[in-house]
Amino acid sequence: MKAHLTRRYRFSASHRLNSERMSAEENLAAYGKCNNPHGHGHNYTLEVTVSGQVDPRTGMICNLVDLDGFVSREVVARYDLENLNMLQEFSQTVPTTENLCVEIYEILHRGFQKAHLEGVRLEETMMNSFEYAGGSEIRR
Amino acid sequence: MVYLTRKAEFSASHYYHNPDFTPEQNRAIFGKCNNPNGHGHNYTLEVTVKGEVDPRSGFVVDLKQLKEVMHREVLDAMDHRFLNKEVPEFLTQIPTTENLAIACWQRLETKLQKAKLHRVRVYETSDLFVDFYGEP
Repeated sequence: MKAHLTRRYRFSASHRLNSERMSAEENLAAYGKCNNPHGHGHNYTLEVTVSGQVDPRTGMICNLVDLDGFVSREVVARYDLENLNMLQEFSQTVPTTENLCVEIYEILHRGFQKAHLEGVRLEETMMNSFEYAGGSEIRR
Repeated sequence: MVYLTRKAEFSASHYYHNPDFTPEQNRAIFGKCNNPNGHGHNYTLEVTVKGEVDPRSGFVVDLKQLKEVMHREVLDAMDHRFLNKEVPEFLTQIPTTENLAIACWQRLETKLQKAKLHRVRVYETSDLFVDFYGEP
């Protein structure tokens, strides 16, 4: 039988939203407080959803130790307590939570082989969240 | 089509062990969850049903009836139980969150009257949940 498993992770990071494609006035108008040159931070919550057949020998879609290990190594260790603007993937791209959500999906899609990646959901604060499933519709 | 979700909570203990594996394999695969004395969780069950709104009652499903079915079929069997020893499904299956979601679906599916079961979600902790949509 096919099931979906979702795991939540947390990390904290700072960023500044500023696009080199826009003037200073346009950036301020578009990003408001988020354009503060000194940056600001968030406690992000990441939800990773994988799916697959439940292995009758283990009762699992995949071993959580493998998923936790991958996400800790490749995602949480990369972003936790960092300034996102300093990272290579955001040297040309604005570190909005939309872009961060897509970046995390791509890291998992490229590297996690133990189950099918359904999608990721990223909460920037308790009030807003972003979801990406590689262009697919999100299942409810 | 309108979707309606009802929550319930139950607390139970379990451990993970496959008698076909060696003790070393069981420890390697299941880690701390292999402790035969068990450990427990506060589970949250979310049952989502779907259907058309009845024009007379304005309901998709009678929530009272849904609540009763959830209590009778799931909570009465699992709340404050050692899943491996007291719930029939888990005498032969490992009571992982995946299998728990499937078991809840199977217990509920045929007992609902008007509404159709859409999804069963079981939270083992606030950071881990499994969704089952009845897919083979």
